Amino acid sequence: MVQIDGRAAGESLVRARGLGKTYQRGGEEIHVLQGLNLDVDAGEFIAFMGPSGSGKTTLLNLLGGLDVPSEGSVTVAGDEITRMSARKLTTWRARHVGFVFQMYNLIPVLTAFQNVELPLLLTGLSKAERRRHVETALTVVGLADRMRHYPRQLSGGQEQRVGIARAIVADPTFLLCDEPTGDLDRKSADEVLDLLGRLAGEHGKTILMVTHDPLAAERAHVVLHLEKGVLVDTVTAGRAR
Amino acid sequence: MKYGHLILTNLFRKKTRTALTAGSFAVALFLFGILAVVRGAFQQGVEVAGADRLVVVNRVSIIQPLPLAYRDRLARIPGVTQVTFANWFGGVYQDERNFFPQFAIDRETYRQMYPEFVIPDDQWQAFLGDKEGAVVGEALAERFKWKLGDRLPIKGTIFAGSWEFNVRAIYKGRRVQDDETQFWFRWDYLDERKQFRKGNVGWYTVRIDSPDSAVRVVKAIDELFANSPAETKTDTEKAFAASWVKQMGNIELLITTIGSVVFFTLLLVTGNTMAIAVRERTRELAVLKAVGFSDPFVLVLVIVETIVVAAVGGGVGLGLAKLFTLRGDPTGGLLPFFYLPASAIVSGLALALVVGLLAGILPAFSASRLRIVDALRRI
Ligand SMILES: Nc1ncnc2c1ncn2[C@@H]1O[C@H](COP(=O)(O)OP(=O)(O)OP(=O)(O)O)[C@@H](O)[C@H]1O
Ligand SMILES: [Mg+2]
Repeated sequence: MVQIDGRAAGESLVRARGLGKTYQRGGEEIHVLQGLNLDVDAGEFIAFMGPSGSGKTTLLNLLGGLDVPSEGSVTVAGDEITRMSARKLTTWRARHVGFVFQMYNLIPVLTAFQNVELPLLLTGLSKAERRRHVETALTVVGLADRMRHYPRQLSGGQEQRVGIARAIVADPTFLLCDEPTGDLDRKSADEVLDLLGRLAGEHGKTILMVTHDPLAAERAHVVLHLEKGVLVDTVTAGRAR
Repeated sequence: MKYGHLILTNLFRKKTRTALTAGSFAVALFLFGILAVVRGAFQQGVEVAGADRLVVVNRVSIIQPLPLAYRDRLARIPGVTQVTFANWFGGVYQDERNFFPQFAIDRETYRQMYPEFVIPDDQWQAFLGDKEGAVVGEALAERFKWKLGDRLPIKGTIFAGSWEFNVRAIYKGRRVQDDETQFWFRWDYLDERKQFRKGNVGWYTVRIDSPDSAVRVVKAIDELFANSPAETKTDTEKAFAASWVKQMGNIELLITTIGSVVFFTLLLVTGNTMAIAVRERTRELAVLKAVGFSDPFVLVLVIVETIVVAAVGGGVGLGLAKLFTLRGDPTGGLLPFFYLPASAIVSGLALALVVGLLAGILPAFSASRLRIVDALRRI
């Protein structure tokens, strides 16, 4: 279930209440988000759409604990992350969130394998265990044969799939994807979207994705529009449940 | 170390830049090593000075002589256990540039006074038995390829005339810092041949029963010869050597100044380089943090990176300095003690690490304080 009226009954996986974000620009206050509510259950695949500057990235940053709201709260799996100290939030992110960025953001001097391994360095896993996890993640994204390649030796679509492997390798609670196909051609974009669809469908991953691309949004179970600081429901044809 | 490759790959990212930064450290530490060697060369006399030896010179100036008769009067002063004397010769061997110190020494007492110079007994006996005999330091002998039995012509300057000596003995220093470049011959031979000031010596060295009586004995000696035609000025060997160094100018200040300027420059250059390196990587550092690496981790990452460059560059520089000193004194005799001690290598490395730490600390702080959302927004 996905709800935006703030009246969800039981415990949802991701819950935002009265979320607000205000920026100061030259003495002027810009209310990007205002009184936003959201409840997402485990296993959902949501697409956020909205015009440029509507606050989609801001929302993902708040849900992923990269930024703190001006008001309201975010609770994930029972933990209210908006009350955590910065240090605790860092640890929490490592454990619960997988980020996929529009610009892939791979480290150019590390191989695909090493890039994917990064989040695992923060765990207590042994070298052999890390290797096994990395190989599994790269197999899921279909790049097991590119482990030794550097980002510059990969196509954009492949880079993004490495980015997704990095996001899933530590088995996070949910994935946050900010325009994951924004920089890709149609074919590569479709491959990445197929992959995200499989992660949601076969692997039961919870995915929150920002996109400008209606075809991308179609893959999601639910499409939500961000308008004037709050979410507006739009039930799409792609809605599965 | 599972994070090792994070540091190493970053260093190899811009190989030229890393090499240049490490190179700056190498140059600075090479210079540091050489300055330490030069300083050591000047301080050598102070370091090897015997704590229980006093030097007695003419109050007017060291080049004024003292009467031979003082020997027995010195020996009678309470606390004095041994007396020897010597005379500066200042001759020229083949060429003015072949400088080395030449002393006319008292063959009866000099060897006991300076046990740090080790001479085989048979060679010493040969020296005693040859009026034209000479004892030379091992380093000096090596420099001119002298062997026992060689006959050396030396042109007198203070004591005019052509002199010839036979190498009868070669001495070795007991410690590395002992001067092995001296040339000794018999004072009695000098006194016999010289035309003027017969019965005079250059200076006396006396041994005292304990370093604690130095102050008292110094006073007793200078009082004994006060108001005589040749008044004396007595000092511990250490103080004597130190005042000798001072006459060469304030080497210490010079070295400190040069060193400080070089290291300050190094600090600025490295700090700037690291700041650029961090700025270029803003996005990647933000990604590391987004993934869950903590601010302190990023701080340490940048600092360790700088320190590794500093340690490698500094190590190379000190290594080169050490190699340079192994080839011996490049001035040809002016700096007999040309040696880079382990202590200087250690303090040089420590200095490099401190500079690396200081240079890395500001960029590292800005990296660790970087806000992820801002950094990711900037392309
Ligand atoms: N640090 C900041 N300081 C001031 N204003 C900011 C800051 N970050 C974001 N904003 C503003 O907040 C608004 C929302 O930005 P946000 O990046 O969330 O939009 P978006 O929906 O992701 O847009 P796009 O589709 O272009 O990525 C914009 O008007 C932006 O200029
Ligand atoms: Mg955005």
